Amino acid sequence: MGIQIDLEKCTGCGACLPACPLDALELAEDKPRVKDNCNLCGACRDACEYDAIIIEEAPEKIAPDTGFRGVWVFAEQRQGQLKGVAYELVSKGRELADSLGTELGVVCFGHQVQGVEQLVAYGADKVYLVDDPALAHYQDDLYAHQLARLIEEHRPEILLAGATSLGRSFIPRVAAMLETGLTADCTGLDIDGDTRLLLQTRPTFGGNIMATITCRARRPQMATVRPHVFKKGIPKDGRQGQIIRIDFDRSAVTSRTKLLGFIEDLTEKVRLEEADIIVSGGRGLGKPENFQLLQELADVLGAALGSSRPPVDEGWIPYSHQVGQTGKTVCPKLYIACGISGAVQHLAGMQTSEVIVAINHDPHAPIFEIATYGIVGDLFEIVPMLIARLKEARG
Amino acid sequence: MNIVVCIKQVPGTTEVKIDPQTNTLVREGVEGIVNPFDTYALEEGVRLKERFGGVVTVVSMGPPQAEAALREAISVGADQAILLSDRAFAGSDTLATAYVLSRAIARIGDYDLVICGKQTLDGDTGQVGPELAQRLGIPFVAYVSKVEAIQDGQMRVQRLIEEGHELMEAPLPCVMSVVKEINVPRLPSLRGMMRAKGAQIPVWTARDLDIEADRVGVAGSPTRVIRVFFPQRTRKSQMLEGTAESQVEQLVERLRETKLI
Ligand SMILES: Cc1cc2nc3c(=O)[nH]c(=O)nc-3n(C[C@H](O)[C@H](O)[C@H](O)COP(=O)(O)OP(=O)(O)OC[C@H]3O[C@@H](n4cnc5c(N)ncnc54)[C@H](O)[C@@H]3O)c2cc1C
Ligand SMILES: Nc1ncnc2c1ncn2[C@@H]1O[C@H](COP(=O)(O)O)[C@@H](O)[C@H]1O
Repeated sequence: MGIQIDLEKCTGCGACLPACPLDALELAEDKPRVKDNCNLCGACRDACEYDAIIIEEAPEKIAPDTGFRGVWVFAEQRQGQLKGVAYELVSKGRELADSLGTELGVVCFGHQVQGVEQLVAYGADKVYLVDDPALAHYQDDLYAHQLARLIEEHRPEILLAGATSLGRSFIPRVAAMLETGLTADCTGLDIDGDTRLLLQTRPTFGGNIMATITCRARRPQMATVRPHVFKKGIPKDGRQGQIIRIDFDRSAVTSRTKLLGFIEDLTEKVRLEEADIIVSGGRGLGKPENFQLLQELADVLGAALGSSRPPVDEGWIPYSHQVGQTGKTVCPKLYIACGISGAVQHLAGMQTSEVIVAINHDPHAPIFEIATYGIVGDLFEIVPMLIARLKEARG
Repeated sequence: MNIVVCIKQVPGTTEVKIDPQTNTLVREGVEGIVNPFDTYALEEGVRLKERFGGVVTVVSMGPPQAEAALREAISVGADQAILLSDRAFAGSDTLATAYVLSRAIARIGDYDLVICGKQTLDGDTGQVGPELAQRLGIPFVAYVSKVEAIQDGQMRVQRLIEEGHELMEAPLPCVMSVVKEINVPRLPSLRGMMRAKGAQIPVWTARDLDIEADRVGVAGSPTRVIRVFFPQRTRKSQMLEGTAESQVEQLVERLRETKLI
């Protein structure tokens, strides 16, 4: 098992070297040699015109259990309200379930969660609802234990969850409990018709490369997806589905961590991760007071306020507003970048936004390369004008 | 208070540029650095040690070159470092990585706290921390932005979530992942650099760790990359022309057409 280079066939052309996303090939005496960090992805094999690269995979020890059927979505709630990403995943999950010819189950934990019936209208065939005061607030241990139990009992072949702070912290634990694979932050999910495998596509290297990942031999195949990546569908009134209430067995697990309190971020009127529109400011704002101007624009648009890193480092705005590689990753419908140059680390956090508007007085700023609409100009002139124009339009 | 910090060496930039002619990766000038998020993990480990005493051990799983990252960790205050390196580990996904780390931490033994970064630049999943906690059978606290107190075997922390900060209490030992907000990492001191230079860094292999061969590397990784490709830039860029007024007018028009406002 592993990768082999047929030195008879290899001409030493070197086409395979740059094809490797991991830089795992090197030339040794004019022939490629495989380094330790190869993960057998096959990119070099595809690049080789001479069929000189052979990749053999060991047969998986654990055969996929064909007894696993159905697509599941973990529907996250906070304070009794389902999150937007829950509906988005239900819509996507419906599509996947249809192409597999199977059913869509939705799992929801909480206490007195509103609008659970709506999940059926959006496409769920079954909603597994575990309602208990102990689950009202997120508890790592309880959520992980309960979800793993349900999966073991009902054996879905796929599980999707939001890549939120909650999903990112307990879904990996569930994957480890079940000894299965998990792919983070997928931006594309499809079914391979021949194998029923879930094709999970995600960005790596700050979005410069896309990778498609599968989990061949273990079940369920698990993936997390960021808010806004998939569209929320249209609910169908009268769609039939079942709501199955499950008792929470308190004796089975105790929560080792304790939630003592919550300090709300009052500077954030609209949540960045869930916002449809984000107005974002960079070093070009010059001083902290100028965020007022952007806040005004954000208010007119009902938008959230974002920032590049320098304003955060300067203390003009809290870290929770930072967008980018070391901050939050967002994908709103509209992202308005004001006085932001467009460094890769910033782009990594926002380049999947649907429409990007850039306002910058430097025509060579890299942000213009990825902007849908670019305005070269002084933001202190453009933004007030835009605010006035939008207010006027609203009447 | 014995602390283990997990760090990873990653390519020095996400600025992997694509050669427009050949449509391939340009990797020139990319060298290995300590994953930026892990520098906050390391700094917090060293600060907690300074407050409560004990030993900070840094571990990294990676190729032999990753030793450089471990030396860097010693230069900023880690007491000792261990490299987990073996051909058998190559190609490990997060589940397999977490398994190797858990074996190493179990071997280190007497620990109160394990600190991870929020995520890596290359893997970029943030999954290793929680999977490691599960493997070790201890609690996990994600996105810690402040350690308020450690007392009577309990740790009180703030963690950053979408809506603000949660105040949490967790029993030790546990695993936590930290965000940038938690501290400002120090620069290496001269003494630190001297220490780093002379430090012995043991290498633990699969045999040292009693690793089950089919749980690591490609064989032990349930996920498999089957294809890599360059994203298509479908977005068409358009510069708006004219006076400021007219540009604003055009913008509002366009946004209205797309029903965004
Ligand atoms: C490991 C690492 C992680 C990082 N993580 C992040 C991250 O998460 N997020 C992030 O944003 N950055 C991050 N950075 C920093 C990043 O490299 C850039 O330094 C940063 O994004 C630049 O921010 P900026 O565009 O606001 O500032 P600058 O690059 O200084 O750009 C300011 C822009 O404003 C324009 N401008 C100035 N005045 C006006 C005006 N009156 N009207 C119009 N335009 C004006 C200028 O032309 C310029 O283009 C990271 C860097 C590293 C090394
Ligand atoms: N190979 C590794 N060696 C040591 N620690 C690691 C390794 N990979 C990941 N980690 C730790 O796990 C965190 C999350 O990594 P990831 O899941 O790859 O995003 C990192 O910030 C590190 O603290």
